Amino acid sequence: MRGRRLYLDGVSVVFDGFRALNNLALVVEPGEMRAVIGPNGAGKTTMMDVITGKTRPTAGIVTFGDLDLTRMDEAAIANLGIGRKFQKPTVFDALTVFENLELALKAPRGPIACLRWVLAGGGRTRIEEVTTEIGLTDRAHDRAGILSHGQKQWLEIGMMLMQDPDLMLVDEPVAGMTDAETEHTAKLLARIAGKHSVVVVEHDLDFVRALGCKVTVLHEGTLLSEGSIDHVQNDPRVVEVYLGR
Amino acid sequence: MDTAQPSRARLGLRAVMITAVAILAIFPLLNQLPADNVFHVSDFLVSVSGKWICYAILALSLDLAWGYAGILSLGHGAFFALGGYAMGMHLMRLIGPRGSYGHPVLPDFMVFLGYQELPWYWLGFNHFSFAMLMVVAIPGLLALVLGWLCFRSRITGVYLSIITQAMTYALMLAFFRNDMGLGGNNGFTDFKELLGMPLNTGAARISLFYASLIALVASYLFCLWITGTKYGRVLTAIRDAESRVRFLGYNTTSHKLFAFVASAMMAGIAGALYVPQVGIINPGEFSPGNSIEAVIWVAVGGRGTLVGAVIGAFSVNGLKTWLTSAAPDLWLFVLGGLFVAVTLFLPKGLVGLLQGRAK
Ligand SMILES: Nc1ncnc2c1ncn2[C@@H]1O[C@H](COP(=O)(O)OP(=O)(O)OP(=O)(O)O)[C@@H](O)[C@H]1O
Ligand SMILES: [Mg+2]
Repeated sequence: MRGRRLYLDGVSVVFDGFRALNNLALVVEPGEMRAVIGPNGAGKTTMMDVITGKTRPTAGIVTFGDLDLTRMDEAAIANLGIGRKFQKPTVFDALTVFENLELALKAPRGPIACLRWVLAGGGRTRIEEVTTEIGLTDRAHDRAGILSHGQKQWLEIGMMLMQDPDLMLVDEPVAGMTDAETEHTAKLLARIAGKHSVVVVEHDLDFVRALGCKVTVLHEGTLLSEGSIDHVQNDPRVVEVYLGR
Repeated sequence: MDTAQPSRARLGLRAVMITAVAILAIFPLLNQLPADNVFHVSDFLVSVSGKWICYAILALSLDLAWGYAGILSLGHGAFFALGGYAMGMHLMRLIGPRGSYGHPVLPDFMVFLGYQELPWYWLGFNHFSFAMLMVVAIPGLLALVLGWLCFRSRITGVYLSIITQAMTYALMLAFFRNDMGLGGNNGFTDFKELLGMPLNTGAARISLFYASLIALVASYLFCLWITGTKYGRVLTAIRDAESRVRFLGYNTTSHKLFAFVASAMMAGIAGALYVPQVGIINPGEFSPGNSIEAVIWVAVGGRGTLVGAVIGAFSVNGLKTWLTSAAPDLWLFVLGGLFVAVTLFLPKGLVGLLQGRAK
């Protein structure tokens, strides 16, 4: 087991008077996998924005181990070992798949280090492993800009894997994927969990069930319910706001 | 852009660059041919192409900042001018007692303005190596301070461009003032020698021409190296999606700062080579229009390709030299029209056109 505990308490985010997060609490233990579900606009992505330093909380505590994430910038948080796959895949269109992965590969990040960077055998092997894992071996030397949406989705996942983070925040990984790909993703995440903590946001409940982990339900920026998938699916409050629609 | 080019096209661009340098390299030799020989290159063409080589270095530096790192500087002319002023200060010190007033140390304008002694910031400029250090250090320092202030506050895009433009304008106004001790609106001129070589000789002209050509090749190789490393790929990633790069753990401020400072230093070198060739430097070099013209060279040639910047600098300046004698009133309209036309119809510039042909 490696990594630290992610701890959120009393977190609120207010955009122009609108409460995207409202007194949210969440704890993810090292090595734990957690699924987060909730209707559109529930604040799932905003929660990830707060953890990764993109959005500063209006109030509340966000810590990783004993480190206060609200005082760090995005790069520092990423270097602590928090990786993220964005809901809307953003890969570097002008670079090849291989180069995208190389940029993400865990290595010194300063300008001088990058100037002197030589891709050694170990790094190359790791890139090839991940390229195989995400099924883009044939496309390794194509520009990322010409990939299909699904392939960019995979490349995003690959870039997150390259960083080898202790905590992975995975926002809607299977949107736009085929059933076979969805299954592959579920297996991939299950394999990763245990060594890394993983937080997965997803709408697809079959997928969440396949993950077989604790589920957190968000609604209007607050925690609505938490527990096993069966527990939350039978929680009347959840049924009312989300599942029953 | 560069990274995405098929390697054949990239090799083609390098071949263009090598050819251009080879042709320029024999210009001074062709100048020796009798005037009626078809290959004769006139004195005028030799001296004007020496200037264009300096502009090409400026264009390369701008391409590194804009084409790769996405920093659209509308004030790069300021770095060029500062490098030029540093060289100018050295040339002024070398005049020594040969000025019109015959003062042993003070340049003419200081005698005229009643200076008793040399201001402290003129000290050291009598040494060539110190002056050359200042040629890169002053533009580099300005870029460091300005870049740090802007990048850490995440000022990008049009706001950053406006700030750089304001910077060069402010410097122009400052350099116009006599009490800056830098020659006021007349600037520096009447240079006598450099490295023991009288400047008004053919040998000096040819030496400066080759020095500029070597600097161009060195700048090109430097940029080629930078953009070929992982650092270069980080820069293109920042250009296309800066915030995503941060989430990968890169402190984009330091990456942009490094590129901006390196670019400003290159521009300073270009200015330093330019001044002894034209024999004058004045605050007009800071004029915002100069910086904008440099952006147009890069856009016309094709940004993010390096070779495009060089091609753009030569072709636009060639056109300018021809037009300003043929139809001087037209030049600004042509320049503006060129920019609009390239933006609309040739987003990849002349290089894009060449590559389109090659396919
Ligand atoms: N930068 C912002 N400025 C203003 N409002 C925002 C901003 N970001 C998010 N919101 C709002 O906050 C609410 C929560 O958005 P968020 O993206 O976190 O929801 P989500 O749970 O991820 O939804 P989805 O399932 O659609 O991805 C939404 O109503 C959204 O419009
Ligand atoms: Mg979302």
